[in-house]
Amino acid sequence: MKPRKFRVHNFFVIHQKQQQEHHVRHILFSTAALLALGTGLAQAQVKIGMAGPLTGSNAAFGVQMKTGFDLAVSDINKAGGVVGKKLVPYVVDDACDPKQAVSAANTLVSDGVVMVDGHFCSASSIPASKVYTDAGIIQISPASTNPAYTDNGGPFTFRSCGRDDQQGKVAAEYIAKHFPQAKVAVLDDNSTYGKGIADQVRANLGKLGIKVAYNGSYTAGDKDYSALISRLKSQGITLVYLGGYYSDMGLIMREGAQQGFHPQYFSEDAAVTSALWQIAGSAAEGTLMTFSPPAEQDPAAAKAVAELKALNEDPTGYVLYSYATVQIWAEAANKAGTTDPTKVAAEMKSGGPWPSVLGPVSFDSKGDVINAAYAIYRWHDGNYAVYALKP
Amino acid sequence: MAYALQQLINGLTLGMIYGLIAIGYTMVYGIIGMINFAHGDVFMIGAFVGIIVLTALTGLTSVPLGLLVAFIASAIICGVYGFSIERVAYRPLRGSFRLAPLISAIGMSIVLENYVQVSQGALERAIPSLIPGGVTLMNQGGFVVQLSWMQLAIVIVTIAVLAGFTYLVTKTPLGRAMRAVEQDAKMAALLGIDTDRTISLTFIIGSALAAFAGVMFLLYYGVIDFYIGFNAGIKAFTAAVLGGIGSLPGAVLGGLLIGLIEAFWSGYATVAYKDAAVYSILAIVLMFMPSGLLGRHEVEKV
Repeated sequence: MKPRKFRVHNFFVIHQKQQQEHHVRHILFSTAALLALGTGLAQAQVKIGMAGPLTGSNAAFGVQMKTGFDLAVSDINKAGGVVGKKLVPYVVDDACDPKQAVSAANTLVSDGVVMVDGHFCSASSIPASKVYTDAGIIQISPASTNPAYTDNGGPFTFRSCGRDDQQGKVAAEYIAKHFPQAKVAVLDDNSTYGKGIADQVRANLGKLGIKVAYNGSYTAGDKDYSALISRLKSQGITLVYLGGYYSDMGLIMREGAQQGFHPQYFSEDAAVTSALWQIAGSAAEGTLMTFSPPAEQDPAAAKAVAELKALNEDPTGYVLYSYATVQIWAEAANKAGTTDPTKVAAEMKSGGPWPSVLGPVSFDSKGDVINAAYAIYRWHDGNYAVYALKP
Repeated sequence: MAYALQQLINGLTLGMIYGLIAIGYTMVYGIIGMINFAHGDVFMIGAFVGIIVLTALTGLTSVPLGLLVAFIASAIICGVYGFSIERVAYRPLRGSFRLAPLISAIGMSIVLENYVQVSQGALERAIPSLIPGGVTLMNQGGFVVQLSWMQLAIVIVTIAVLAGFTYLVTKTPLGRAMRAVEQDAKMAALLGIDTDRTISLTFIIGSALAAFAGVMFLLYYGVIDFYIGFNAGIKAFTAAVLGGIGSLPGAVLGGLLIGLIEAFWSGYATVAYKDAAVYSILAIVLMFMPSGLLGRHEVEKV
């Protein structure tokens, strides 16, 4: 499966190179034009990057990230840029593949970006963080929740979302409080993220005295889950916790319904996309999941939400997290008076709290958000909405 | 007992789909001795044609008629793909060294995948269940054995397609020509068989079978992306090798076995290692039967 993704990347790199060549030509042309005129004042520029899964089975999230990123860049440029410099966006695709994430990171480094909004999957963010740390570039992930990302990260590694040790605890507490009688199965997709969050849920359920009746791992990208579902059914499972990504979860729910298996599903922040409902249909009805509190209802986000609505874009999911990632960096750079990554990274940790569409955000010394909260969401009739703000 | 029966149903359905794709691999191998790695992607295109046709026919109230149109359209379009692939990527290399068409096939697979990704988008496409529901076979201690109509349909369609295909290969002049080319292409040509035409027809038929598998995959799972051809293709290729590559009943047997191994391994051992189980059994079988379960010894073709 992996080599295929690499091909997609090659395809992309060619595209990217063409863009670069085009860019170079463009610069040469504009320089020539400026010299010829002998006048003109070009605004200084600074390059920033975004890396996420624009193809592959998590593409729905890459699109959410890009929507937020693009809007943040255009809003900041309209307001005069960062320390007087105009932002030039560079977007690369990592397909949530660790190998491709490293090449995508190298592409951004050679493009000369000073900050990266990304990546999405923990398995991509972690290897890419080594590249950015070596190059001295700030990386802020709006989505990678695996604790190892910042625990083993460098001085330039940040995230604007919570951590799985926080998220898994909230999920386990909710299950223990509201479904104490349930026969629980905890499944994961064997990915860095999926297994990480599922293990947190297993450990926290154990602490709360809930016995997990079935533990299992499936392979991400598999299409046939009928055998797994029969097994859960035969064990009388009534609550299934799914640690993984929406495309596999949606199929599990759909195939479960075909076999007459209707447990309470409980999931996490990789299920907050309408793509889940497109796959699972009514089989996803009532699914609960943990996700960061709804940013679109925060008064601080009102302006960005109005702009997104005007563009006909959905402000939910990771859109505002991606927006906030650029915004927080811009605020810190403006305060530091420079876009130099070393100074901005230090400022991000010591300066704060930074105003953002998520409300004020401060970072601890590891680059994690201080007091990140998790809320419970519920799927109903094709939409998800906040169900409970705490367990 | 009830549980084992349910896993048997799961395994057989999956195995039927693998078997149907595996026939395409084994046929092409039998006739020109190459592995057509683009076959999995033809299967994927079959599924996409299915979803495009079914989406276009949304207004149609008669589900069986819509499905019939989807199956026929998909088979025709995939047949055209199969024909063109052979013409463009394999025929010019037929006299070349043995690895050339193999590499060409891998290239073709990349081209088809990227083509679908660019033209149809990278996101998953889903359709609602067109044949929902099923029949309850048994209720043992609260465990209900469910046979969905879709599973039943897959088994019936696969058996019907296989019966028709077996008739074609064993009883018709085209089938005789195919078997002759398979045994000795040069001699068949000397005896007046148009080998180019026979090979083209083999590709068309194999691709049409892949199209059937693609549409059934779409109807059963309901979700497809440009990527499905790779995983399904690898499994089907394994099925062809397990059953004995070049042997038609072997391809179906291999497919069924792999489906059953996956289902029972997931059902009784660990779900996580079902692929490891499949490939371990393949390795063990090949150790004792190097040409697969029903394959013949044909060393010079390898």
